[in-house]
Amino acid sequence: MKGIFRPALTLLVVLTLMTGVFYPLVVTAVAQVVFPWQANGSLLKRHGVFIGSRLIGQPFSAPQYFWSRPSATTPQPYNALDSGGSNLGPLSPTLIAAVKARIAVLRAADPGTPDAIPVDLVTASASGLDPDISLAAAYYQAPRVARARGLSVAQVRALIGAHARGGELGVLGDPRVNVLELNLALDAMK
Amino acid sequence: MTAQSWGLLALFLAVALLAVRPLGLYMAHIVEGEPIAGLGAGRRLEALIYRLCGVDPAGQMDWKTYATALLVFNALGVLLLYALQRLQYWLPLNPQHFTAPPADSAFNTAVSFVTNTNWQSYTPETTMSYLTQMAGLAVQNFLSAATGIVVAVALIRGLARHSARTIGNFWVDLTRVTLYVLMPIATVVAIALVSQGAIQNFSRYQSVTLLQPVTYRQQHMDAAGEPVIQTVTTDTQTLPMGPVASQEAIKELGTNGGGFFNANSAHPFENPNAFTNLLEMLAIVLIPAALTYTFGFMVGDTRQGWAVLTAMVILFVGLYAVCNHIEQRGNPQFAALGVDQLPNAQQSGGNMEGKEVRFGIAGSTLFATLTTVTSTGAVNSMHDSYLPLGGMVPLLDMMLGEVVFGGVGAGLYSMLIFAIIGVFIAGLMIGRTPEYLGKKIEAFEMKMSAIAILVMPFIVLLGTAVAVSVAAGRAGVSNPGPHGFSEILYAFTSAGNNNGSAFAGINADTPFFNIALAIVMWLGRFWPIVAVLAVAGSLAAKKRIPVSAGTMPTHGATFIALLIGTVLLVGALTFVPALALGPIVEHLMLWSH
Repeated sequence: MKGIFRPALTLLVVLTLMTGVFYPLVVTAVAQVVFPWQANGSLLKRHGVFIGSRLIGQPFSAPQYFWSRPSATTPQPYNALDSGGSNLGPLSPTLIAAVKARIAVLRAADPGTPDAIPVDLVTASASGLDPDISLAAAYYQAPRVARARGLSVAQVRALIGAHARGGELGVLGDPRVNVLELNLALDAMK
Repeated sequence: MTAQSWGLLALFLAVALLAVRPLGLYMAHIVEGEPIAGLGAGRRLEALIYRLCGVDPAGQMDWKTYATALLVFNALGVLLLYALQRLQYWLPLNPQHFTAPPADSAFNTAVSFVTNTNWQSYTPETTMSYLTQMAGLAVQNFLSAATGIVVAVALIRGLARHSARTIGNFWVDLTRVTLYVLMPIATVVAIALVSQGAIQNFSRYQSVTLLQPVTYRQQHMDAAGEPVIQTVTTDTQTLPMGPVASQEAIKELGTNGGGFFNANSAHPFENPNAFTNLLEMLAIVLIPAALTYTFGFMVGDTRQGWAVLTAMVILFVGLYAVCNHIEQRGNPQFAALGVDQLPNAQQSGGNMEGKEVRFGIAGSTLFATLTTVTSTGAVNSMHDSYLPLGGMVPLLDMMLGEVVFGGVGAGLYSMLIFAIIGVFIAGLMIGRTPEYLGKKIEAFEMKMSAIAILVMPFIVLLGTAVAVSVAAGRAGVSNPGPHGFSEILYAFTSAGNNNGSAFAGINADTPFFNIALAIVMWLGRFWPIVAVLAVAGSLAAKKRIPVSAGTMPTHGATFIALLIGTVLLVGALTFVPALALGPIVEHLMLWSH
């Protein structure tokens, strides 16, 4: 046993220094030199103020903005200090009630839109911080945004098309747009 | 399944399989101590480490010494990690001034990370300091992974050596695997992740101004201690920061799974886009898959390794196809409300509750399958919100004993135990003494193999039974009905298999769950490991018997089918009753609405 305790303790300390101090410091040094913007959170600035991260979603409810997906974080949606999903099971009455309420809000905001509602627009994401909506969800909201901003629907749809992403390497990434970027582009239009 | 879902699987498997031979060969050279070009500096560091430890690197251990060294090393790891958490308030790199997590939670976390489980009962971004994360949790991500790999290597040596008393040197194996396999690959993966947006810094949390202020209702206590609902408006969002990418890389590479953030690999700072999602999945599968080649190479017949890998791939494709099909079909209750869940050029559709748009159904279900067939337990979607049979796949993946790729090392040694049981069953059928790779399988090996296989179902089912029988266990459930039972069953299955994923609605941050699950994690990890090392020691001592006309080949289609059959049979016989009470009942309820 004596022949085991010393190597066990020494090795634990040495490997802690190697993997717990040396390794993260090397990665941080490389990251901060080569990819500083990404390493510090992909922050976006407008008029000298940080107005969010390109990667972290924000809540929107005004008609002139595209709305993000529902978020299950508490107490407020898109609380980045409480990332996570609803964890409601598929049969949960709470889930079904929440989806019904979201549908009602969407229908009230877009009375003229008869389409079936894209599923991502009425379901909470896994992180509660999903920065994207599907292309379908963006096109669904285009008439409302156009009306609220006095733009033509064609203009808004063209903007969505310009921000569309997905299909990398043919199989990676689903068709989607980044909501914050899209809304910043809308604000920049006028 | 959509064409994209098949395409993603094909791309993933193609890249993973291409890496099997080179990486497997590299690992074989590393653990056999052969010189590798460009590792001269490492050699000097290694020699220094052995001198500090007072270890003779040429010294060999029998299986009992190897097991004792492993247990002592890991027990010390638990103590250090516990101490680090409890003392974090007084230690550096704690810009948010987090205080110590409670004792039961810290104990659970320490056991969880040392056992390669990475079950998390805490919310990391509001609990753990940067120092605890990088010098505590991430360190065990490396060391628990290395522990798994060296046990697999010891078992391979048991099969490869003959008439020998020893199975290697634990200190040397552990050091070499950590320095030459895990650290270099993790560094490359971490930097690739940063390039795509995973963060890596030591800054304070960053406040940003929202484009549109948000109004919400919050409950808090007034002066008299009565709850009042208050309407609050804020225009700021606080973004957590930290050394994320370095931890993310080893979290996947070591099949650990403990997230830097609560949302784990669904968090955009951990897994920013579809490309990083693929990269993280590849990091998970790389070592477990390549170890099958290391195995074949070291026993002198690479066909043996390919046979084991083929069985793994067949099982994997089947499990993914089921999970993907169910989730892509969507929730029938949503369809009734007029929600569009059909895939088309503008959306992936399907059951998107608890999933991220950038991963869609394909990237979510492939990750979910992979993270549970291996012992990773990282999640990029919330398994609790999967449809009943969709969520049953991750549960079943774990119940099969995580032998499909499996945890780094743990998957291979568990699969080889299944191979031993498989040839034993085949031997019984044809009335011959079973043998595997020229080694007679006798009573001692069978006893130890049976222990290695049966410990997990024993502690999982016992733990679940206790938890559903006592109020403290039932109190953790968040969803009503059979789904609540599934949450508890999932928790113990995850702990017993050292997976770490959860039906995360369960509130497991209570003394009951923290302690019960810690015990299950410890037993689920080290009881089988000791049994496997015993098998290794016993096999190493045996003579090699020459191949004869009566030897069953263990590299052909018959053997692959036998191996798959053994895995499915043992898993199904043990767990079908429990699954019937949870996901299967729930499935029937969902479709009868």
